[in-house]
Amino acid sequence: MTAVSADQRQQLAYVATQAADARLNVEIETEGMTLNIGPQHPATHGTLRLVARLDGEQVVEAEPIMGYMHRGYEKLAEVRTYPQVTTLINRIDWLGSFANEVPFILAAEKLMEVEAPPRAQWIRTVLFELSRIANITLFLGDMAVQLGALTPVFMAFRDREFVLNQIEAATGGRFHPNFDRIGGLKDDLPQGWIDDTKQAMEKMRDFCDEFEELVLGNEIFQARSRGIGIVPAEVGLAYGLSGANIRASGVDWDLRRDGHEALAYDQVDWKVWTHPDGDSFARYWVRLQETREATHIVDQLLDGLPSGPIMAKVPRIIKVPAGEAYAATENPLGEMGYYVVSKGDLVPFRVKIRSASFSNMSITPWLLKGVYVPDIITILASLYFILGDIDR
Amino acid sequence: MTQLSSTEVENDAAETGSQSDERREAWAAQMAEALGDGFAEHHIIPSSDLWVRVNRESWADAATAARDQLDCQFFDWLSAIDWLPSPYGRDMDAQEDNPEPKSADPMEQGHAGGETRFQMAMRLYSISEHMGITIKADLPDDDLSVDTLISVFPGANWHEREAWEMFGIHFNGHPDLRNIYLPGAFEGNPLRKDFPLLARRVKPWPGIVDVELFPGEEGP
Repeated sequence: MTAVSADQRQQLAYVATQAADARLNVEIETEGMTLNIGPQHPATHGTLRLVARLDGEQVVEAEPIMGYMHRGYEKLAEVRTYPQVTTLINRIDWLGSFANEVPFILAAEKLMEVEAPPRAQWIRTVLFELSRIANITLFLGDMAVQLGALTPVFMAFRDREFVLNQIEAATGGRFHPNFDRIGGLKDDLPQGWIDDTKQAMEKMRDFCDEFEELVLGNEIFQARSRGIGIVPAEVGLAYGLSGANIRASGVDWDLRRDGHEALAYDQVDWKVWTHPDGDSFARYWVRLQETREATHIVDQLLDGLPSGPIMAKVPRIIKVPAGEAYAATENPLGEMGYYVVSKGDLVPFRVKIRSASFSNMSITPWLLKGVYVPDIITILASLYFILGDIDR
Repeated sequence: MTQLSSTEVENDAAETGSQSDERREAWAAQMAEALGDGFAEHHIIPSSDLWVRVNRESWADAATAARDQLDCQFFDWLSAIDWLPSPYGRDMDAQEDNPEPKSADPMEQGHAGGETRFQMAMRLYSISEHMGITIKADLPDDDLSVDTLISVFPGANWHEREAWEMFGIHFNGHPDLRNIYLPGAFEGNPLRKDFPLLARRVKPWPGIVDVELFPGEEGP
């Protein structure tokens, strides 16, 4: 056994610390790696493919690749009569189908200079909000499942059924109502529907309260979503972000309140929710509050439902006068609008579909730069897109 | 949590149609002043909408002017319009390739006029004024190109890619002009009016076969 003097021991300790420091200071060189996410990934709500170039755990560059679901609605709309087009556009955002029909019908009504009677406008608004609730409910469960909490998504699917049942009872279709008509609605509400809907709204409020505790109050959820994917307001606007995504960045703008379309939102008392943070948590928070607010809007609308006809006087075969019109509404996913060019025919000459998810997703190459791999999923989930709404 | 919510909803009852018109007139005048010779025409539908047509060279300037002077910070969308009357007729069920134009309709551009077959169109929106503007620009047939708007609105990137593949319009200065929806080897520009819709060739349009009954109306 060799004796080590105090001097030597000191020297050895010094060398050991130096070596440890050196190990820490060496930059670990990693080769760039390309990570392919999708097109069959549950975080993509359809078939979105994301190619991310990674440096270690960080994203250097992320590029969404779309088009797997491109159906060419803008071209197809040019060969369909106006009433036929609603069948197509139902399938853009398939979780809130009725809301897709409304802006197109409003654009056509603008061109024809007809306005739906008050009762039709109110029922339209009710169904619009029901689509919003059905749509956002699924988001509330889905974002949680993507952060690893399995239970909320089952609760969301279960409770969404209350709303879908009401939509089905009124329109005949759970997902694709095809119920909106130029000048009004296809039918009046069935008997007993109002009471049933109010009960459903009661249940949805309970659902929101439960989720506020279960998900928003969850420590892991907060840790995974707070400060992740921050969108500054002016960047979001320049990318065309709309809806809850931009309200979560503190922009107080809601087309239901600020738009001038013929819907009944100005007849009821409600408020627009915003959040100053702009992160993934804020986007979830705003959507949750909006869902609860929507149940109150529905309740008030049903209380004050005016009587009268549900159809304005429009010709049976609809020819829309020549002109151009743009109508946009606050859909569950954000601003959805139709720019309709008419030449006075049975069919539109050109329809430009402004869908919310397309613009909402266009920020991802900017937003995903520099984030860690697990946060990609958080950010994609919190931006909330529907592939049909991107690819159209 | 109440401090996070916005103020209560107020009805815009005070806002009458005539006021809106003045506001839109003012916007058009501001655009005309900012662009000078680049400003071509405008069209206003009272208390509804505003169209402005600019020269192709002023396309990006128009976006900048609308953003900075009209406070249109929100980039809504960008696309193009092909004003050629469809050579396949309204129902697009031509059975032969490259048929002679059936429709004798002259080419007629919409609001704010125009002379060319292809027109660019973009929509910007002001969050503070709650008002939107549609800006158009003519593109000559022999040079379908226009400056990119990416430096003004980064969100224009994808919209320009879409216009490029659907209409074949080239955007000068766009860093990444390639297909966004269609496969890379796709030939043609589907949203052009002379691009045949093959589904309609395979199965021609049956015409209006079922006219829906109105509520309360008895069937035949």
